[in-house]
Amino acid sequence: MTLQDVKDILDAEMIVGGDKLDMEVKTAFGADLMSDVLAYAKAGSLLLTGLTNPQVIRTANVLDIAAIIVVRGKKPPQETVNLADEMHIPILCTKYILFETAGRLYQKGIVGCVEKVQSKS
Amino acid sequence: MRGESSEQVLNGQKIFEELFIIEGGNFNKAGEVASRIKVILKNMGIPDELVRRAALVAYESEINIVSYAKQGYMKLTVNPDLIMIESIDEGEGIVDIELAMQEGYSTANDRIREMGFGAGMGLCNIKNYSDYFDLRSKIGKGTYLKMIIESQQKNPKTE
Repeated sequence: MTLQDVKDILDAEMIVGGDKLDMEVKTAFGADLMSDVLAYAKAGSLLLTGLTNPQVIRTANVLDIAAIIVVRGKKPPQETVNLADEMHIPILCTKYILFETAGRLYQKGIVGCVEKVQSKS
Repeated sequence: MRGESSEQVLNGQKIFEELFIIEGGNFNKAGEVASRIKVILKNMGIPDELVRRAALVAYESEINIVSYAKQGYMKLTVNPDLIMIESIDEGEGIVDIELAMQEGYSTANDRIREMGFGAGMGLCNIKNYSDYFDLRSKIGKGTYLKMIIESQQKNPKTE
């Protein structure tokens, strides 16, 4: 589905990246713990989170995350918005909690993503 | 944040080097160096998957420096065979490296956790995403981390 579909499904408000609404997305990862996002999330996925500090954008940038969905009706602070703008990472805000956000997207075909690299030993 | 960068030719191989300074405790800037490294590697035309792995290990080690040290450095070296990232900090050092390498073990304080880190995943993650990984630490002196990502993948690590 496109980011526009995601926006509609979640009754979301577009904060950054209105020019990227035709972007295709297939997978998502949801967590408030950036440590886990870094360990498991796959490139090109949506990141569903309740965390709004600039490290969310840094994490998304490092992982080539497609877009960030801020859940539970939270609004990211200006410094986060500015960084997302600079790094061309879309932010959408939804009033739904993480559980319901994930459920709504899953119902419409978005699947979870896990990228676990093989252990060396 | 930026130090000096140099490009030299050694035995016919082009080598790029850049040194970055990282300020301990400054969470607003945490991640700037990793983002910069990502841009440098992308501009060199290095494949996305390798850039992503290099940026990831750089970011995890940068977060570690910001979280635990007063100051640190990161050095990026790129030659046709590999991407090498070295992180050197003047922190407290790691008391028990074996324990620190265990998934889930963390000594992070509340401030680090509020930022979404400190879950005890960082070092394991760095090891998993590097082709070569070396960690040395001296109590009271600091920690040295060496991470290498090979350009010619003999054993692709990601699925």
